Amino acid sequence: MKTKQEGRSLQEEALEKLRKNPVAVWSAILIVFICAVALLAPWISPYPFDEQYLDQVLAKPDARHWFGTDSLGRDMLSRLIYGARISMAVGVITALISLVIGTIYGAVAGWFGGFVDSGMMRIVDILDSIPSLVLLILVKLIFDSVDIISNPELKALTGMLLALSLVSWVSLARVVRGQILQMKQMAYVEAARAMGASGLRIVSQHILPNIVGPVIVLLTFQIPSNILSESFLSFLGLGLQPPFSSWGVLANDGWRSLKSYPHLMISPGIAIFMAMLAFNLLGDGLRDAFDPQMRGRSG
Amino acid sequence: MIARAWGPAVLGLFVLAVVMSFFNFEISKWQWMLNGVVFFGGAVVFTISRGMTFFVVKRLFETVFVVWMIASLTFILLRVLPGGPFDSEKALPPEVLANLAKKYHLNDSVPKQYLDYMVDLLHGDLGQSYKYIGRDTSAIIAESLPSSVQLGIYALLISYIVGIPAGVLAGWKQGSKTDFAAMFLAISGVSLPSFLMAPIFIMVFCFWLGWFEPALWEGPGYYVLPMVVLGLRPAAVIARLTRASVLEVIHSDYIRTAKAKGLDSRTILFKHVLRNSLIPVLTLSGPLAAGVLTGSFVIEQIFAIPGIAKHLVLSVTNRDYPLILGTTLLFSVMLVIANLVTDFLMAVIDPRVKMI
Repeated sequence: MKTKQEGRSLQEEALEKLRKNPVAVWSAILIVFICAVALLAPWISPYPFDEQYLDQVLAKPDARHWFGTDSLGRDMLSRLIYGARISMAVGVITALISLVIGTIYGAVAGWFGGFVDSGMMRIVDILDSIPSLVLLILVKLIFDSVDIISNPELKALTGMLLALSLVSWVSLARVVRGQILQMKQMAYVEAARAMGASGLRIVSQHILPNIVGPVIVLLTFQIPSNILSESFLSFLGLGLQPPFSSWGVLANDGWRSLKSYPHLMISPGIAIFMAMLAFNLLGDGLRDAFDPQMRGRSG
Repeated sequence: MIARAWGPAVLGLFVLAVVMSFFNFEISKWQWMLNGVVFFGGAVVFTISRGMTFFVVKRLFETVFVVWMIASLTFILLRVLPGGPFDSEKALPPEVLANLAKKYHLNDSVPKQYLDYMVDLLHGDLGQSYKYIGRDTSAIIAESLPSSVQLGIYALLISYIVGIPAGVLAGWKQGSKTDFAAMFLAISGVSLPSFLMAPIFIMVFCFWLGWFEPALWEGPGYYVLPMVVLGLRPAAVIARLTRASVLEVIHSDYIRTAKAKGLDSRTILFKHVLRNSLIPVLTLSGPLAAGVLTGSFVIEQIFAIPGIAKHLVLSVTNRDYPLILGTTLLFSVMLVIANLVTDFLMAVIDPRVKMI
C-alpha cells in the first residue's frame, strides 16, 4: 500500500508503452520461450544431443525424430534444443560482460573528460578500425594458444565468450560516454556535486539510472548480433566445433547437403531467423518506448 | 565551379569502371590513370578551395597512425603467443626447425624483428608466407584482392540502389501497404544471416531456375548471386535508416513551408526531402562497409570465390603469421579508407559539414 503520491519513472513509462505494442510483446514472448527451451534443455530434449542412432542415419523427419537425424544419426530436435542453449548463452553472457566493461570504460572516459577521455576514446577508435570479424578471429587465435583451461569444450566456449565480449563492449562504451557527457551538464548532477557527493557516487547512483534506456536498447540489439557473430565464426570453422551444437554449427553442417537433405538446414535456419527477428523487433519496440522523439519514425 | 563539374565526372568514370569490370572488359592503364587524376586531383582542388587543407592533412596523419598502431599490435600479439607456426603434430627434426627459424629470422630479438618488419612494410613488403613456401604475402594479396574489392563494391552499390528507394518510398507513404511490405522485408533482411540466405538463393536460382552459376568468380553470371546476397543485408539497414530519416525531414518546418507555398509533391520530394534525408544515410557508409567486409568472409566461402577473406581464415588455421598480419592490416586499411572517404564525401555533399 503506497500512501505517498509517486511520480512514474522513465522505465515504468517505457514499459507501459511497450505493453501496448503487440509486435514487441509477441517478440518478447518468443524470446522467453527460447530462453525457457534453452534452460530446460536436459529435461525436454527427447534424446541426448550427441547420442548416435546408427541405424537411423540421415532420417527424414518422422514420428520418432521430429526434425530427422543428421549424418551421424543424431537427433536434430535435441541438437537444436541444446543449440538454443549455447547460442542464447553466448548471446546473453557476452552482452552482460560487455555491459560491465563498456559501462565502466565509458563512465570513466565521460566523467573525467579531457585528456583521459581523448586517450581512452582513441583506443576505442583503433579497435573500431579493425573489422570486427578480424578482431574476433585474432582474439580467438590468441586465446586458443594459451593453455589455461584443460577441458577443450569449456575452453572453446570461454574463448568464444571472451572474443565476442572484447569486440562488442566498444559500442556500449561509446553510448555510455556520450550519455554521461550530456548528463554532466544537468542541474541534478550539479546539485549532487554541491552537496559533496563523490564522483563515484554521482555516476553510479544518479547518472547511470538515468541512462538505462539507451543502454537497454543497445543491449537488445547486441544479443542477436552476438548470436550472429558466433554463428558466423562457427560457420567458418573458427568457432565451436561438433559435437558441440550451436545453431551456427548446425547450419554449417546443414548447408553442405542442402540439396539432398534439406531438413538439416531448414530447422536451424528457422531457429536462427526467428530468434534474430524477435530480438530485432523487441529492440525496435524498446527504442520507440524509451525514446519518445523517435516514436513512430523508426522502421 | 570545379566542384560542379567534378561530381558528375567522378560519378561517370566510376560507373563506367564498375560496368566494365562487371562485364569483364579489361580496364586499361590509361583509364586507371585518368580515374586517379580526376578522383585525387579533384579532391585536392576541392580541399584547398573549401579551406579544409588542415583538417584533411590531419585526418590523413591520424589514418597513418591508426594503421601503424594496428600493425604493431598485431605483430606484438603474434610474437608473444606461445606455440610457433611450425609446431605440428608430427614433430620436425631440430635441424629443420633451426633452419626454418634462420630462414624467417625468428632467432632475432623481437625488437629487431619488429623494426625489420616495419621497414619492410614501408617498402610494401609483407614478408614470405610460412605456408605457401617461397611466395610473398604481397603477391598472394595482390592476386586475391581484385575479386574481393569487386565483390565489395558491387554489394555496396546494390545496397544503395535497393535500400534508398525502398526507404524513401516507405517513408513517403508512411502507414501504407507499401510501407508495411518494405519494412517487413527490411526487418527480415536484417534478421536473415547471409549463410542462410545464400543456400536458399543457390537452390532457387541455380538449381531450380538455372539462371546463375553457384560458385567461382569468372563473369557476370558468377557475380550476380554473391553480390546480391552480400548486398541485401546492408540494403535492409539502409532502407530502415532512410525511412526514419525521410520521416524526420517530412515533419520539419521547411517542408511544411514548401507545402504551404504550393509546391507540388514531386518537387518537394526530389528537391527538398531527398537531399536532406540522405545525409544521415551517407554517414552510415563507413559502418556499412565494415558490415560488407564481415559478410564477405561467409560469402567467399559459400560461393568459392578466390578472394582475400579465404586467405585470412586459412592463415589463422595454418598459423601463417606473415599472411595473418598482411590480411589483418589490409582489412583494417580498407575500413579506415572507407571511413575517410565517407567523411570526405559528407563534406562535399553537405556544405555545413567541416571535417574535424
